[in-house]
Amino acid sequence: MAALAIEVERLVKRFGDLVAVDGIDLTVSTGTCLGLLGPNGAEKTTTVEILEGLQPATSGSVRVLGRTWAEDPEGIRARIGATLQETRFHEKLTVEETLTLFRSFYPRGQGVEQALSQVALEEKRDARVGTLSGGQKQRLALAVGLVGDPELLFLDEPTTGLDPVSRRGLWTIIERLKGRGRTVVLTTHYMEEAAVLCDDIVIVDHGRIVARGTPDALVHSLGGEQLVEFVARPAIPSEALERVPGFSGRRQRGETVSLSVQALHEAVPALLRIADEHRSELVRLSTRAATLDDVFLALTGRTLVEAEQG
Amino acid sequence: MKGASGWLKPFWQLLLMRLRSFVREPSATFWVFGFPLLMSIVLGLAFQNQAGARLSVAVAEGPERPAVLGALRASEGLSTTEMTLDEAHRALLSGKVALAVVPAATPRLLLDPTQPEARSAKLLVVDALQRAAGRTDPRPLEEERVTLPGSRYIDFLVPGLLGFGLMSSSIWGVGWAIVQMRIGKLLRRLAATPMRKLDFLLAFAAGRLLLALLEVLFFLGFARLIFDVRVAGNPLTFLLWGLLGALSFGGLSALVASRAQSSETASGLMNLVTLSMTVVSGVFFSASHFPGWAQPVLRALPLTALIDGLRAISIDGAGVAALVGPALVLLLWGVGSFALALRLFRWT
Repeated sequence: MAALAIEVERLVKRFGDLVAVDGIDLTVSTGTCLGLLGPNGAEKTTTVEILEGLQPATSGSVRVLGRTWAEDPEGIRARIGATLQETRFHEKLTVEETLTLFRSFYPRGQGVEQALSQVALEEKRDARVGTLSGGQKQRLALAVGLVGDPELLFLDEPTTGLDPVSRRGLWTIIERLKGRGRTVVLTTHYMEEAAVLCDDIVIVDHGRIVARGTPDALVHSLGGEQLVEFVARPAIPSEALERVPGFSGRRQRGETVSLSVQALHEAVPALLRIADEHRSELVRLSTRAATLDDVFLALTGRTLVEAEQG
Repeated sequence: MKGASGWLKPFWQLLLMRLRSFVREPSATFWVFGFPLLMSIVLGLAFQNQAGARLSVAVAEGPERPAVLGALRASEGLSTTEMTLDEAHRALLSGKVALAVVPAATPRLLLDPTQPEARSAKLLVVDALQRAAGRTDPRPLEEERVTLPGSRYIDFLVPGLLGFGLMSSSIWGVGWAIVQMRIGKLLRRLAATPMRKLDFLLAFAAGRLLLALLEVLFFLGFARLIFDVRVAGNPLTFLLWGLLGALSFGGLSALVASRAQSSETASGLMNLVTLSMTVVSGVFFSASHFPGWAQPVLRALPLTALIDGLRAISIDGAGVAALVGPALVLLLWGVGSFALALRLFRWT
């Protein structure tokens, strides 16, 4: 088995004049989970569909499980599984019938039973697909991706549109799937999801990779792991804020200032002192640990939510 | 476990998917079986009644009204209504009655001689009144009633409706299903599996054939039971001809559905195909009513070929040799559109 499940070099995808994917390099080691993170419109799905063999690349090289799509499309398809965004399975078929149908396409794989139990959908085996809830449909999509017992599993926004409870339920299932040397490529625009599920993360924006690393390393790369957010009236000059011990960065959104710092117990008393010196009142003060959202904000100047709406 | 592994074959699973989706969709069952049945009952009854209809005659006021009424009521072909003279005039003008009688010692008949119904009514009225007055027929006549099988409108209509039904169920059943699978990204999902495209296409074709087989048998059954419509030619030829038509339209349907990305586009295209052919291909009346210059075009349409063939077999008792022309038309459409569909087809 190849040590690298996926190797991508200088991948470019153009639609007419539009450059959707702009020179992506990527490697995924066998048995790891890679998170492809970014807002909608970051062309995560385009990238993944090229890896899945559903779209041709404009240029660049793609090797999946050691083969190229031109060499052995059927061979690769037999060894990968996928959930696509918003697949509507046949509403009139039952869960079990849908799984049996998809199982029949694979030369080898696991039983329908096993796939059902992996996604905890045994009770719904005889239910028509049209009667399933959103979370159950996503679990069915996951089971359909699993019936071929794939070495490499692509999950394209598996929890989008789900309520928090269903989302966490799905995370538990995906966590369990990661054993057995299976490689997983997950796209999401939920930073928390990537942090929970993935060993490595690649942050994509406008078809380019803007950062990569483990979730912890990415947060570390901000320079500070803690954030102090406050509103001061009148505002404190930014030179004064740089005197806060462990200071590594400052951002402002409206009145709210957010400082990246190393240690809260040193930074907060210092901030209070500086505010006093400037006869400034802290109207609001809160602290939290830095997250991948902050990484995205630092890299792109936008929060993920803004990127969504943009 | 040979049976079990055979059962798992992708072709069978895909065919099962097609059949289940049909059986579990009540509206599909209605459009394929219920709708043509209703159509032929309504149209069949409408035209059957017309043949045996009586002619309406108004009887105005006058001295010998009861005698006139009695004489006319004895006639099989007339139905009488009592009216004032004014009403009778109005009923004549509006065409509600074919003729009006004003009773008197010498009854007066009011009629418009340019109306064919008025002439028939006059013959019947004169006959009835003269008979009542004691006329005897010097020459005895014998009447034998014949309704030739195959000559009634219903005999003409049933093959037309069957052709229409096969076209609709092929275009909508296959095309609509494909477009819905594309919109729901199910085609894309299938393309991401090692499924062979050929299995997919064969399953659709086999599903279409099975359903078309049921459609033809159902049509033959109810037409025979309700209207006593019989197939003059070989019923097997009739059946195979229906299946050939269904396959030909299956190809056309795959072409129509090869790229459509939305329900609106798909239904627009499908309506364009089905409605235009329904109008010109002789479902309700013979396509030969269209002017001569249009005939080559009409003969080249698949629905015309399908219906002409069905009528030739069921009414004229035509054999295979007489069907070569329309068979070529169906084959060319089926193979040509299917080949084009394969080139154009989008899984995504």
